[in-house]
Amino acid sequence: MTTTTKTTSMERKSVVGTAHTRVEGRDKVTGAARYAGDVPFAELAHGWLVLSTVAKGRVRSVETAPVLRMAGVLTVLHHGNAPRVERNFTGMMGVPPDPTTALFQDDRVPHRGWPVALVVAETPEQAREAAEALVVTYEEEPHDIAFSGDRPDTYPLDGHMPAVTEKGDLEAQLAASAVVVDAEYTTPEEHHNMMEPHAATARWEGGRLEVVDSNQGATWVQSDLANLFSLDAGSVRIRSEHVGGGFGSKGVRAHQVAAVMAATVLQRPVRVVMTRRQMFSLAGYRSPTTQRVRLGADADGRLRALEHDSLSLTSTVHEFVEPSAGVARAMYGADAHRTANRVVRLDMPTPTWMRAPGEAPGSFALESALDELAEKCGIDPIELRARNEPELGPVSGLPFAGRHLMACFREGARRFGWADRDPRPGVRRDGRWLLGTGTAAASFPAGAGPSTAGVTAEADGTFTVRIAASDLGTGARTALVLVAADALGVAPDRIRMHIGDSDFGPAMIAGGSMGTRSWAWAITIAARELRERLALGADIPPEGITVRSDTTEAVGALAQKERHSFGAQFAEVAVDPATGEVRVRRMLGIFAAGRIVNPLTARNQLVGGMIWGISMALHEEAVRDHASGGLVGADLAGYHVAANADVPLVEADWIDDPDPDDPVGIKGVGEVGIVGAAAAIANAVRHATGVRHRNLPIRPDRVLLAGAGSGSDAGGRDA
Amino acid sequence: MREFGYQRAVDVSGAVALLDADPDARFLGGGTNLVDLMKTGVERPARLVDVTALPLDRIEPADGGGLRIGATVTNSDLAAHPEIRRRYPALTQAVLAGASGQLRNMATVGGNLLQRTRCGYFTDVTQPCNKRTPGSGCPAVGGEHHNHAILGASGHCVAVHPSDMGVALTAFDAVVSYETADGPGELPLADLYLPVGDTPHRETALPPGALITGVTLPPVPVAAHSRYRKVRERASYAFAIGSVAAALDVQDGVVRDVRLACGAVASRPWRARTAERVLTSAPADAAAFAAAADAELAAARPLPRNGYKVTLMRNLMVAVLSELAGVAKEAAR
Repeated sequence: MTTTTKTTSMERKSVVGTAHTRVEGRDKVTGAARYAGDVPFAELAHGWLVLSTVAKGRVRSVETAPVLRMAGVLTVLHHGNAPRVERNFTGMMGVPPDPTTALFQDDRVPHRGWPVALVVAETPEQAREAAEALVVTYEEEPHDIAFSGDRPDTYPLDGHMPAVTEKGDLEAQLAASAVVVDAEYTTPEEHHNMMEPHAATARWEGGRLEVVDSNQGATWVQSDLANLFSLDAGSVRIRSEHVGGGFGSKGVRAHQVAAVMAATVLQRPVRVVMTRRQMFSLAGYRSPTTQRVRLGADADGRLRALEHDSLSLTSTVHEFVEPSAGVARAMYGADAHRTANRVVRLDMPTPTWMRAPGEAPGSFALESALDELAEKCGIDPIELRARNEPELGPVSGLPFAGRHLMACFREGARRFGWADRDPRPGVRRDGRWLLGTGTAAASFPAGAGPSTAGVTAEADGTFTVRIAASDLGTGARTALVLVAADALGVAPDRIRMHIGDSDFGPAMIAGGSMGTRSWAWAITIAARELRERLALGADIPPEGITVRSDTTEAVGALAQKERHSFGAQFAEVAVDPATGEVRVRRMLGIFAAGRIVNPLTARNQLVGGMIWGISMALHEEAVRDHASGGLVGADLAGYHVAANADVPLVEADWIDDPDPDDPVGIKGVGEVGIVGAAAAIANAVRHATGVRHRNLPIRPDRVLLAGAGSGSDAGGRDA
Repeated sequence: MREFGYQRAVDVSGAVALLDADPDARFLGGGTNLVDLMKTGVERPARLVDVTALPLDRIEPADGGGLRIGATVTNSDLAAHPEIRRRYPALTQAVLAGASGQLRNMATVGGNLLQRTRCGYFTDVTQPCNKRTPGSGCPAVGGEHHNHAILGASGHCVAVHPSDMGVALTAFDAVVSYETADGPGELPLADLYLPVGDTPHRETALPPGALITGVTLPPVPVAAHSRYRKVRERASYAFAIGSVAAALDVQDGVVRDVRLACGAVASRPWRARTAERVLTSAPADAAAFAAAADAELAAARPLPRNGYKVTLMRNLMVAVLSELAGVAKEAAR
């Protein structure tokens, strides 16, 4: 492993790049750290959400009277009596609010699991019992949740990128290609059910609305709640000190809005916590995808044509696109190049960002297709990628801010022992297990969002940093301590890091692998200015000396480049063809992901992503009952992720790749770890068995029915 | 969650008296299934009678040379018991294949046998389910049934029994002892679970208010040579999509004695008696194992999306029997 080390002008050794355990680790393991659902409040009341049991229709009646007579019940909010909210605004993420957050505004039910009422009681047990007793009647309408690649009612949708990019004559280039891969890949509905459920407590305090919450961005939640309730942003304070996982799901959701409504109606603090089962309806999820990839290449593997078309679903009330085709825009060039992200509107909850949105499912399709092409051309999969390395952005034509993909492959191949690989499928055995290895490329955009920070030199020689950053459990707080220490030229133990409070001023969310970079930027600028001031030798008054920064201009001036983290994933799998069991034996990921601030927690992020890739490849799949429109087994017993026994030796490491345009050199490690991991495993399964699996997850029944060593392909969803 | 009363029983007759055949009361063992079901509203008892303090936590020699396992013996203690490991290794393997270490420390033998199906419709009170709400219908038949029954099911219910332990106990002819207000009784485990028919909500043949007090394993010499294998979608902490408990005695290449039971295929642990009959006195080779498995699975009635289980169970029975036959050969050398 190599990491950048810098020496400050004061010759203090840089702490960025050195391993530090989480600064709040002791509080977390001793229980001293309080999560949103645990913070005590006097006079706290508890709200319990009631979700629709029909997939489409209207609420006919909410039978509140019997429930209001139950022990401890304070109120029942529903569309007939809830406070009105403002829905017509554009939030911090540049989109209108998901209507799921505009709670109880009308009688319409657009999906099963839509919130239709909130029961508030003195205790959570009373609230739950009353919520479960509440009778809601519906006028039910026929629903449609049938997602498939051959639906006629799809349309292209821009998300955080254009829906379609096109260059060259695709059909002509395909016709001129010596080798063509044309395949359809599918990924299922996936859910990011983090350990800590969504929880919020709202109260009015001194004329201000205060929400103690678990979220990915205090500024984000502040802005949306202020808009929804027509308040000045300054009248809303969001605190979110510790977060037990987010993965894209912890923005503004029904629970915060419900808590604010109830606190307003009752004029006392109200807490609303989602149950695990409710999270499967209310917390967002990753849409299933159907992706078609067409590759045309010369006999030597050089791409003439690349098409990546992806279909995902969205709800009938809000537009969200899982942009799986976007990954092809950064990865491979071709004379003709077409990518498209389409959606179909169904009677389903609105999907949302889930770790590596777009890249995670997109890389499964694209990197599987590359593997298919390599096999058809008789070329090593790494060599195929080397032959198709673009000089400039394949679609944008922009230069790369560092593209060390092949360096990742070289280092990974060396450590994984790739050179000894026999490419023939289905020829290695260990007892009842067939063995195989696979590889795939990874990439995820790197970027920054505007943030503000305050750094205070205290009279006692310590420094206090305040920034509305969010530590989802990633170690962001610790990384920022290291960044601040370097920028100030002091030891980390002299830094006090306060995060997760919207009163600290606007800041970027923890999302898009941009959090640490965005916050580090703001802290670095403020800290450097403070250091210059201190160098003048001024006395520090009792209230300290504070410098604030705002990176809006600097981030806006960031040069337009193809800015990505990259990586090379390697996997070895064992497959029992008699039972269909697939087990991963080892994984290695080598990444070029900017300057690594804290190797300990960065490795944690990358390995966590890779393990999620195991889950994505082999386990994760939300199953819907078409008759009811609901999920079957909506809990963590029914929805499988990798258990400890599924996780073998997983190694992540990196090569030096500082981003020269970032004050600290950061790119981001939050998402790239999952990208390509499922493809590497699927490619390894192909190598082990001779069967290409194009539908995730690679379940035992799929492996079993596809047979092994037949050189055939595995069939569709219910094969 | 409904408010409920809680009482702790100190002796068996007291426990039975406390329950008083009250349909609104439940015995509480480890609680690893019942408490979950209470949280989700599937079970709404008014009273719980905690039986974990009863003196039923021993594994002792039984009359006739078997072993008697107390109903409150935990899964962990059962799996670790030296006599179980030596004489019925498939039982240890089955128990260890289930749940997690934490759950096995809590879960009890009696509770394991009476645990409920994990069918996703049964556990979701917003869905119809004939087992939970008789007459409401079975959405699994036409819906999600990827891990549902291929044997012994009916159009009224296609759920499977989730126990691993029960599969091994069934293979070894375990007998369940129980206590009622009218006195003790016994049931072969094979007769404990009622056929599904049109009454899937009636799961066992136990009299109302009965408390399982223990399970007796008869002496089964062939069981010393047994194996449990469980196939699941992840390596741990998942219910089986198919499992096999098998014991095999081979002499001079011929099957002298065999026990075979299957899990995750029916509403009960499925004793494969047809396969056992076909195999007894047959040559101990893969062809005979396959013929026996096919004979057993001739009765399979898979649903549109669980036909893979027929292939899986055939392969699994052949694999486990072949492994035991191989082991048997080595031991004979």
